[in-house]
Amino acid sequence: MDWLLRPETIADKVIVMVFAIVLFIAIMSAILWLIDRPNVPNWLVVVGFLGPVTLAIAIGLLYPALGTTLRSLQVSQTAIGPDGKPIINPQTGQKSTELTFSLDNYVKVFTEPNFQKVLLNTMFWVILVPVVATAFGLVYAVLVDRTRGEKLAKALVFLPMAISMVGASIIWKFMYEYRDASFPQIGFLNQVLIWIGLDPYQFIINEPWNTFFLIVVMVWIQTGFAMTVLSAAIKAVPDDIIEAAQIDGATGFKMFRRVTVPSIRPAAVVVLTTIAMGSLKAFDIVRTMTGGNFGTSVVANEFYTQTFQQGQAGVGIGAALAVVLFVIIIPVIVYNVRQMRISEEMR
Amino acid sequence: MSMSGSAVELPITTDLTPEEKISARQLKKDLRLQDAKTKLSSPWASGIAIFLAILWTIPTFGLFVTSFRPPEQIKTSGWWTFFANPGVTFDNYINAWNNSSGGLGGFFLNSFVIVLPAVLIPISLALLAAYAFAWIPFKGRDFLFVAIFALQIVPIQVTLIPLQTIFVNLGLQNSFWPVWTSHTIFALPLAIFLLHNFMKDVPASIVEAARVDGCGHVKIFFIVLLPLLVPALAAFAIFQFLWVWNDLLVALVFAPSPNLKPITAAMAELSGTKGGQWELLSAGAFIAIVVPLAVFLGLQRYFVRGLLAGGVKG
Repeated sequence: MDWLLRPETIADKVIVMVFAIVLFIAIMSAILWLIDRPNVPNWLVVVGFLGPVTLAIAIGLLYPALGTTLRSLQVSQTAIGPDGKPIINPQTGQKSTELTFSLDNYVKVFTEPNFQKVLLNTMFWVILVPVVATAFGLVYAVLVDRTRGEKLAKALVFLPMAISMVGASIIWKFMYEYRDASFPQIGFLNQVLIWIGLDPYQFIINEPWNTFFLIVVMVWIQTGFAMTVLSAAIKAVPDDIIEAAQIDGATGFKMFRRVTVPSIRPAAVVVLTTIAMGSLKAFDIVRTMTGGNFGTSVVANEFYTQTFQQGQAGVGIGAALAVVLFVIIIPVIVYNVRQMRISEEMR
Repeated sequence: MSMSGSAVELPITTDLTPEEKISARQLKKDLRLQDAKTKLSSPWASGIAIFLAILWTIPTFGLFVTSFRPPEQIKTSGWWTFFANPGVTFDNYINAWNNSSGGLGGFFLNSFVIVLPAVLIPISLALLAAYAFAWIPFKGRDFLFVAIFALQIVPIQVTLIPLQTIFVNLGLQNSFWPVWTSHTIFALPLAIFLLHNFMKDVPASIVEAARVDGCGHVKIFFIVLLPLLVPALAAFAIFQFLWVWNDLLVALVFAPSPNLKPITAAMAELSGTKGGQWELLSAGAFIAIVVPLAVFLGLQRYFVRGLLAGGVKG
């Protein structure tokens, strides 16, 4: 059975994949066949349709969310026996550890300077990316609306959405590439600096601005999303409102500010919150561009570093960071739901 | 993951019938003539639009040009000098694909092996669940639906440690199985929400007619609803495909062994260890990008429809 878990060759991997798909189809077919027979009670039909999903979500999302919250409140300590000495594990010969309840993880996350820096960086990400991306997306959507070549213009800005964040990071690392002024530059931005008579700059390394240059990458990706949704909202502004405004003499910028912006407000809220949540969890960009070094780490990245690269002590801190992530998201969601209600009541 | 219920009311401009399309195009033309006055002052507006479009395209374009330049030229001059001094080679792609230390061919296959079940399984499960939420009345239906929807807000990070513990206990760690399973679980809330929105829109009379004819829920699902939901399926399949193909975190956590890594993880590592070898990185990046790009460009209208109907996850 080893090949099922650790396939080595190309053929093995493909066979394992096909096996997984066939296994899934077989199980689901069996369930559906069972509930399709006559005189099956309604509750069994419901269980057949919803059972697998409910089970997967309960085990895969609900239980882990509770487990991580619990773990964030525990620290790993050397276990002390009744005689006051550390307990030695007879099998490994090492001191055994036990988990005790404590708020230490949270205290560390909020008081140690390097974690405070992480929280500060995360705040910049969560505020700047949605605001800047939405602003660019809105301006661009308005500018290209009903112009010739609208489709192409939109596709160009939308394209980064299809590129993975890893790919985008590599693309931008190349933009930021630094060479000493005595060599020809190969990074475009440093070449631009030289063209306008400045010295080349270490975009990725120099604190504190490097965090903002990483944020640029996320803005570059998310603007396309903002533009698409807002463009659809702009097109949905009823014609009679526009005509009425035209009769009243509204033109150009006035039209944009007084008619367009208020009409697309609900869509803008959705865009802002969606991007904010995406930025909060952005891990790939920081991981690929700096690995969290040079003071650029964010909560999502620090979580990974702590949990998987710092041993037992890190797991608790990682859990606390994950919970912090969770807690920051909640107000965003609440705000979003409120806005949804308001826009529904207005209708 | 997102909460974007209000996006549902946005018009879906992509699914017009051909007749409507023509009239829409004509309408657009009329509007354009009539609107010349009301638009932002035109030369400036198009100037800014073109500037932004160029700004957004330069980074990708630069790396694309670089991927075809000989390594010695990449090291000594910027890609913008290419047009004055062109030199084209495909060696970078060949090297990035088979190079013994950083060959991407194997990782490319891993990405495919990961992505197919990770798209197929959540969509099938979500379809069944969405059907039940839309068309089978039962006690506690609304509560369960809201609960599942709300669980979208659990960040993936929160789930990783407990899930890893479960996989270790089952002896499945560091194989494709945890990757498939976790991608499935993380996709479900959004998939159910999205497909439920589409499923609800099917006229009740069609479902009723099938029921009068004596069809059970399973038959109604397969014969009546599934064919009507093909566009919605396409929309979600593209989302899930792009999401899984472009994922880094799940792959790093659940399939860290070099033999299982997808191409994103390989590229992230290459970027860390061979940061200076731009001939490998640039070609590698485009090898990694080409599949999602093709899917995206080919099926863009479905993708946009999905975006407008249910938001995206992030």
